[in-house]
Amino acid sequence: MYFDSFAAMLSMDGHGAYVWSAYAITLVVVGALLLVPLRRQRRLLTELSGELRRNRGAPSQGPSVKEEDSHASGT
Amino acid sequence: MWTFFHKLGSPPWLYGISGTILRYLVPLTLIGLAVGVTWGLLFTAPDFRQGNSYRIIYIHVPAAVVALAGYYVMATAGAVSLIWKMKMADIAMKACAPIGAALTFVALVTGAVWGKPTWGTWWVWDARITSMLILLFLYLGVIALYEAYDNKEAAAKACAVLSLVGTVNIPIIYKSVDWWYSLHQPASIKFTGESTIHASMLYPLLLMIISFYALFTCALLMNMRGEMLARERRTKWVRKLAEDKAR
Repeated sequence: MYFDSFAAMLSMDGHGAYVWSAYAITLVVVGALLLVPLRRQRRLLTELSGELRRNRGAPSQGPSVKEEDSHASGT
Repeated sequence: MWTFFHKLGSPPWLYGISGTILRYLVPLTLIGLAVGVTWGLLFTAPDFRQGNSYRIIYIHVPAAVVALAGYYVMATAGAVSLIWKMKMADIAMKACAPIGAALTFVALVTGAVWGKPTWGTWWVWDARITSMLILLFLYLGVIALYEAYDNKEAAAKACAVLSLVGTVNIPIIYKSVDWWYSLHQPASIKFTGESTIHASMLYPLLLMIISFYALFTCALLMNMRGEMLARERRTKWVRKLAEDKAR
């Protein structure tokens, strides 16, 4: 380790505030990059499974389901 | 070869394989970032001229490099979606924009925070920084343009054209340091100092660049998975996923 003490690591000879804030901002953004899509996906699946459960008793009222397989639907 | 492209366009296939990839790539990325950050922050010597402020390089440069690379991915996906009307390419293009915007934002903010102790100012309207700001607006423009259309196909087309036109900016960013070198203040030599960087600083920097590429890949796949689910929510395979979850 380059720094002698924890205090020296924090202050970084006066540059600490800049360095640590830059890393903190990056940590927040990187965390958001990974967590936002994860939460979106979880929410979507929960929503859909709830929908399915509610409609299980009365399938006729359920959302219409595309019967065709969506394999290779992008080409 | 063609079957591979065929599969690539298939949401259930890509959803499955990307899930497997992410299971390994996300932990690897997090380890890479943790090791790189610790290495750069605590185990390298300070720069002889800039002191400890240079440690911002380990996030600033990777963020900027991958923000640029992400634009290539977005523009290429845009071109594919424009030419072959491939839905998956459109999903990939849309998934790139927020990641690219976030990374460009990180590059600009960390650059400003680095600039203050090094140049004495948060911001300079120099060619490199200004063209990076334009890159941020291009990413935000694609996001906004996508939201502006109700019709998905029209949105895909407009965004693809915008991202293709915006590629003009990329060589300008790369070359800005050479073309407008005379306008640079001496302290901004750091842009060209990369080749002369000492090995003890280069290795953690390379690790961080690789980790940021991996991070981009993770975020891209995750965004694409969410978009696939949302668009295909009425299909059998998504309903099956939801049923498995409900069980």
